[in-house]
Amino acid sequence: DVDGVGHKYHLELVLEDVLDKDSTVNCTAEVLYHLGKKTIAPDVEFTIEGELKNTDEADNAFYNQIKSLEKELVAENIPDSHGNVSPEMEPIHLLAWVASGYVMWQNSTENTKFQLAQIKHVKQVKRSDEYLEFDYMILLHEIVSQEIIPWQMTVLWHPQRGVQVTQ
Amino acid sequence: DQVLHIVPETFQQVQHLQHLCSTLLLDLWKPLLPEDIWVGEDLHIRVPAALVQEVKDSLDQPTVPYKVLIPDVQELVDQSMPRETSSHRQVPEGYVYTQYHPMEEIYQWMTQIQKNNNELVTQHYLGKTIENRTIYYLQISQPSDKTKKIIWMDCGIHAREWISPAFCQWFVKEILQNYKSDPKISRFLQNLDLYVLPVLNIDGYIYSWEKERLWRKNRSPHMNGTCYGTDLNRNFNSSWDSIGVSYNCSSETFCGSGPESEPETRAVAQFIDKKKSDILCYLTIHSYGQYILTPYGSTTKPPSNSEQLMHVTEKAAAALMGKYGTSYEVGSTSLILYSNSGSSRDWAHMIGIPFSYTFELRDNGTHGFVLPPQQIQPTCEETM
Repeated sequence: DVDGVGHKYHLELVLEDVLDKDSTVNCTAEVLYHLGKKTIAPDVEFTIEGELKNTDEADNAFYNQIKSLEKELVAENIPDSHGNVSPEMEPIHLLAWVASGYVMWQNSTENTKFQLAQIKHVKQVKRSDEYLEFDYMILLHEIVSQEIIPWQMTVLWHPQRGVQVTQ
Repeated sequence: DQVLHIVPETFQQVQHLQHLCSTLLLDLWKPLLPEDIWVGEDLHIRVPAALVQEVKDSLDQPTVPYKVLIPDVQELVDQSMPRETSSHRQVPEGYVYTQYHPMEEIYQWMTQIQKNNNELVTQHYLGKTIENRTIYYLQISQPSDKTKKIIWMDCGIHAREWISPAFCQWFVKEILQNYKSDPKISRFLQNLDLYVLPVLNIDGYIYSWEKERLWRKNRSPHMNGTCYGTDLNRNFNSSWDSIGVSYNCSSETFCGSGPESEPETRAVAQFIDKKKSDILCYLTIHSYGQYILTPYGSTTKPPSNSEQLMHVTEKAAAALMGKYGTSYEVGSTSLILYSNSGSSRDWAHMIGIPFSYTFELRDNGTHGFVLPPQQIQPTCEETM
């Protein structure tokens, strides 16, 4: 308890690479949930022990693949009702995962727990600069209330410059 | 047949391999074409059993280093197919347990299962859903002159948790396929009767197939048909409506207009209540989260036999983990998950059933409710 400010949690966790379960890295973090009714995102500070794997090759491959499309990418229901994701849609799915992490963080309190349930719809938006832009309609599952929350997010991405999310 | 892994070191080796693949017409798994074989790039070739020695000899002069990636292709193929052993006739031929099935097919499956195993299985009427569909359960019971204790398991209380009905079907299949050969199962059936309800919330399940994949509740209309669905697992008469529920119909945890207001809830409750003195264990299967939950959700006060309950759960979780390393958390809902009232598991314990558990199957959120069919088998195997 941090008087007058909120609740602070000290965490020790292990990060696991989604694509390579054997690749793990230790992490420590401090999370401060603010008191009060207004939903302010919790403060997060973290340190990673070691380095995250280099993903340049896969990033560039995905980037070039999208850049070389004749028409802007459009897709829906990722995964489908049975849980399948086609290999071409995997990077789109992973990008949504990362971006939805940001959305969840911005909306988290001590009484929420979010997961990305599904991408209902994704549409690529043409850009004149080097960034890729995707308009996502996602469904978030909030475990405490069991609610499914639709959320619209616009995601910018570039292999070297990372992810940006505008809600 | 074997699959060899080679990383060519020189251009001569590349040429040698290209020649080998083309002359013997070997099955290239990676890359697809001989012309794509490069120095330093992974090469995977499937070699038919008859040619394995010839190919390996050829790779020895001059030496091209290789590793055996898959020593027996057929073994892998067999492992990935549904098992077709002598127990063929006991389960419906061709029913694929590693896929999700719509309600129509589950109804047909139940009829077939009883037909093929009528010395052991009987299908019984439990009640009707709000949309007037019939709810059936299967009784697996070895004829005997002694009255046996009952283990009840229901699946599919929540529509979107597809892995749950898939598990109930798998469970039945496993028991019927192995009760003669597996001493544990046969001893089990000598002393206990199994009652399995593959899908309780039939209307909701169908709705999740046809209209909205992430639907949870049943399909009872409220407010003149402007709002649908009660959360059946908040509708039981166990501290109904006290915590972790919503009074708002549009919420996913709407507890209904009163305890047991829903026909599906009543169908289960009336049956279990009638048989409660013989029921040893109540199991209800959900997803996701990987938990084995004990009572209660409505209060943190432990149940009277909590040590016993925990002892059994811990053993179950350990056994489960032993299969594929999947870890399940165990404990009371109110302590490790969230508070809720009106759950079937709490109710079962409150009316006197000593062992009452909720299983939340795979996974941990990566796929959540939309668990891919490839995970049906491992999930069911480990839970078994």
